[in-house]
Amino acid sequence: MAQPLIEEQAPETVAATTPGMLRLLLSNRVAVVAGAVVVGFAAVALLAPALAPHDPTDQHPEAIRAAPFWHAAADGRFLLGTDHLGRDLLSRIIYGARVSILLGVVVVLLTLVMGTGLGMLAGYFRGWPDAVLSRIADTLLAFPFLIFALAIMAATGPNLVALVAALAFKGWVDFFRVARGDVLAAREADYVTAARGLGASTPHIIFREILPNIVPPLIVLSTLRMATIIIAEASLSFLGIGVPPSIPAWGTMVADGRGDIAGAWWIATLPGLAILALVLAVNLFGEGLRDALDPHMRN
Amino acid sequence: MAQPLLEVRELHTYFSTYRGPLRAVDGVSFAVARGETVALVGESGCGKSVTALSIMRLVRRPGRIARGEVLFDGEDLLRKPEADMRRLRGGRMAMVFQDPLSTLNPTFQVGSQIAESLRVHGVAAGARAWQLSAELLEAMGIPAARQRLRNYPHELSGGMRQRVMMAIAVSCEPELLIADEPTTALDVTLQAQIMDQLARIKEQRRLAVLLITHDLGLVSEFAQRAVVMYAGQVVEQARCGDLLAGPLHPYTQGLLRCVPRLDRPGVEIAPIEGMVPDLVALPTGCRFAPRCRQVMDRCRVEMPASRPGGDGRMVRCHLYDGDADTIGGAS
Repeated sequence: MAQPLIEEQAPETVAATTPGMLRLLLSNRVAVVAGAVVVGFAAVALLAPALAPHDPTDQHPEAIRAAPFWHAAADGRFLLGTDHLGRDLLSRIIYGARVSILLGVVVVLLTLVMGTGLGMLAGYFRGWPDAVLSRIADTLLAFPFLIFALAIMAATGPNLVALVAALAFKGWVDFFRVARGDVLAAREADYVTAARGLGASTPHIIFREILPNIVPPLIVLSTLRMATIIIAEASLSFLGIGVPPSIPAWGTMVADGRGDIAGAWWIATLPGLAILALVLAVNLFGEGLRDALDPHMRN
Repeated sequence: MAQPLLEVRELHTYFSTYRGPLRAVDGVSFAVARGETVALVGESGCGKSVTALSIMRLVRRPGRIARGEVLFDGEDLLRKPEADMRRLRGGRMAMVFQDPLSTLNPTFQVGSQIAESLRVHGVAAGARAWQLSAELLEAMGIPAARQRLRNYPHELSGGMRQRVMMAIAVSCEPELLIADEPTTALDVTLQAQIMDQLARIKEQRRLAVLLITHDLGLVSEFAQRAVVMYAGQVVEQARCGDLLAGPLHPYTQGLLRCVPRLDRPGVEIAPIEGMVPDLVALPTGCRFAPRCRQVMDRCRVEMPASRPGGDGRMVRCHLYDGDADTIGGAS
């Protein structure tokens, strides 16, 4: 099959056996573990009704601040103990994953699509759309997030739609800036000129030539944003202006356990650990994803 | 002479700068016949590449084609709607660029990039396009072409990438191929291979080639005619043999003195002194005058007109004022 050519030997004579993105991701142990943790949390959130031993809102007045299993005085019915109203901590943590993951996913998807779309528009066409959108983005960046979120939530009271709006309000700016910057660079790339020279249309250039080149940083940013959003939601819930109190959320649980931190430290600490584990796993997985998505890493 | 495939007439392409318009291409005229190879020669920054981009109408802001005509098969490309241009680009006229790594999209396998070109121009799609892509790569002298289709650009060597670019360029059977310094990014042995390949596909497909280069060695080997550009203007045009044997313009003579000659040992290599003029603030008179060894008083005040000679020869220089008859027979 080799023709008599004194042609240089490509260093990758292995050729066609380029490992795919998935294989590369799977060879990264940290990313695999982190991914498993994220998937685990997602599964727990999904199967919460089946997994939770108790109704997360049921109060057990006879077992208030029950101790967790490692304690001598543990109540066998409540594996991780109960809070100041006698609600089962394990069940509340399981249900709490729902809010964190759902809000994280919804808000990130929303801001990803909006920010990327506007960023590509501004970066590719420049001119007045770029000027207007960039000034809006700059203005939003000057807003302190928490104060703004406080204002919105205080005005509407804790409810999920307002919470999504508050979290997404300036979240798109990060995607906008990354997308805009990368499109600005990509539109000047030689492969864009070359594609034009081969008869490619503007939509083709934007979606087929440029978009695939700016996706990897956006995916990595998505995971980072997801972690930030989960923390932001927890912070707002901690302050009592996030998720409505009837829905179990980790931030609310930390706030509820604050008063008992000296005597029953686990009430505040366990949901805090859940936040830590999920955010850490999301970040580590994102890092692995970044490496796997970079075509230059694929050999 | 029959109607040329490509005829550029008085092309002006300017770039707007804060200091005023930069005249990158300033009244360039030349023609390429069917099946002919014409070399566009000059130093960096003389307007060769901008001329090529103007022909394809790929000049982007802040550049614009100010005036002129680009006749392709008799039709003025500068008046065509963009949609028609899109069909022409990559279809009847294609381009190969200098750096094949940056001109291939890093996120796609090379096979899908070749197949994409076939699909965009409606030549083939799906498995058929993939099959054609493999055949094209093979025709470009790439061994194990079928496996190579699955490679990403960064996994291929420079020579292979340029072969891939050439495969893409000829995929839709163009009539005109513009090659913008196709071998500049490659080492010498590869240059020869790539140029041989280019010569081969040119023969097989009866392509007209506009070869943009600063390498006079390539000109003598591959082109029939040469167009020499300096500071946005054509200063000399001739058949390659005539140009190399008897260059008329002092700039061309200077360029040839820069090339080491094996057949004339002992002849000093002499660089052209000075620098290319500022294209925003051009000197009045001849643009080469500040660097010219044979400069005369009138060269500094009056722009020489381009004087045609016999045999498609042309020179823009005051040295030949009044004796147009002798230009053609110079060799």
